[in-house]
Amino acid sequence: MTTNLIAVIAALVIFIFVFDLLRRGVLKEKYAVLWLIVAGVGFVFAVVPGLLDIVGKALGIGAPVNLLFFIMGVVLLLVSVQLSYELSRHEARIRRLAEEVALLKNAWEQSREKRSREHD
Amino acid sequence: MESRLTCRLDPLVHRVGYGLTVVSQRPLVAIPAWNEQASIQEVVTKVRSHQPGAAVLVVDDGSSDGTAQLAAAVGASVVSLPFNVGVGGAMRTAFLYAKREGFDAVVQVDADGQHDPADLDRLLKGLESADIMVGTRFHAESMYFVGGPRRWAMVLLSKALSRMNHGRISDPTSGFRSAGPRAIDLFSVNYPAEYLGDTVGSLSIAIRGGLTVHEAPVTMYYRATGRPSKNALWSALYLGRATLALVATLFKTSKTSKADKA
Repeated sequence: MTTNLIAVIAALVIFIFVFDLLRRGVLKEKYAVLWLIVAGVGFVFAVVPGLLDIVGKALGIGAPVNLLFFIMGVVLLLVSVQLSYELSRHEARIRRLAEEVALLKNAWEQSREKRSREHD
Repeated sequence: MESRLTCRLDPLVHRVGYGLTVVSQRPLVAIPAWNEQASIQEVVTKVRSHQPGAAVLVVDDGSSDGTAQLAAAVGASVVSLPFNVGVGGAMRTAFLYAKREGFDAVVQVDADGQHDPADLDRLLKGLESADIMVGTRFHAESMYFVGGPRRWAMVLLSKALSRMNHGRISDPTSGFRSAGPRAIDLFSVNYPAEYLGDTVGSLSIAIRGGLTVHEAPVTMYYRATGRPSKNALWSALYLGRATLALVATLFKTSKTSKADKA
């Protein structure tokens, strides 16, 4: 029973923590939603102790805890892929911005030179 | 004033035919440079003496040394990227610059003095009948030799790209090349930054975009400075990354065609 209690508390802590980050605008919605779902599902499994066994048996998995590990693995994988995707997109955007900044700086310097020449 | 007029007439001239582009050709020599203060001035000076009619643009790729100031001191235009983005990013900047400033030919030259500016003429003239000219270091008179896995990688890439191109590209990793107006349009929007993307990837994008790629023999010197490292592990890595780069570009069609249309 204590292990269940720990699981419930952990799920609640994650939920509150993520929600607080979302509330303060630190975490964007698209990332927060996934973690809230993780916390929610974890909460359900923690509150209903028999649920994991029932689902595990229904899927024909010998040790139900393996189901938990499997789901965790899949979720973490999905999150990593999402993060890599976002990171790649940001890299591309940052590169584009760097190019624009470089070109703008060049144009600005040239117009400044031209202006100072006109003043002379 | 005269150059502005030429650039405005340009689209008309191109519609008439390639033979006329020579008349209006406004070439830009783009030199991507990352901490090349030892060689940049010599390269810029040589390019300017060989091509007095061409503008020289040094794309300073986040150098921490005096590359930008030294290049400007010998008369090159300088565009400084705020941090290092790699040759691909530097070249896209150059293509953007060329497009916005109305240039109709871009030649890429390395900042380390590996390329001989005497070949610039040949690469620019080639644009009369092609959208891209690739300078190849593998030809009868060439003194350039590559061996081991690095050579296998180059042969593999060359075979694959030549086949795609329906025409020989014997040196797809060459960074000594020129691009005409159609290639400038494409590359200012889409130029890969990944490893080998700036060479192999960009050629693949161009071929898939329906551009004509030809090659011309050029002289290349071995790098005086830098690291042409030759240990087995590095070569194996090179082979692997080259293959990955090729496979990745082969499947990268849809995005290219979209960018082309836009």
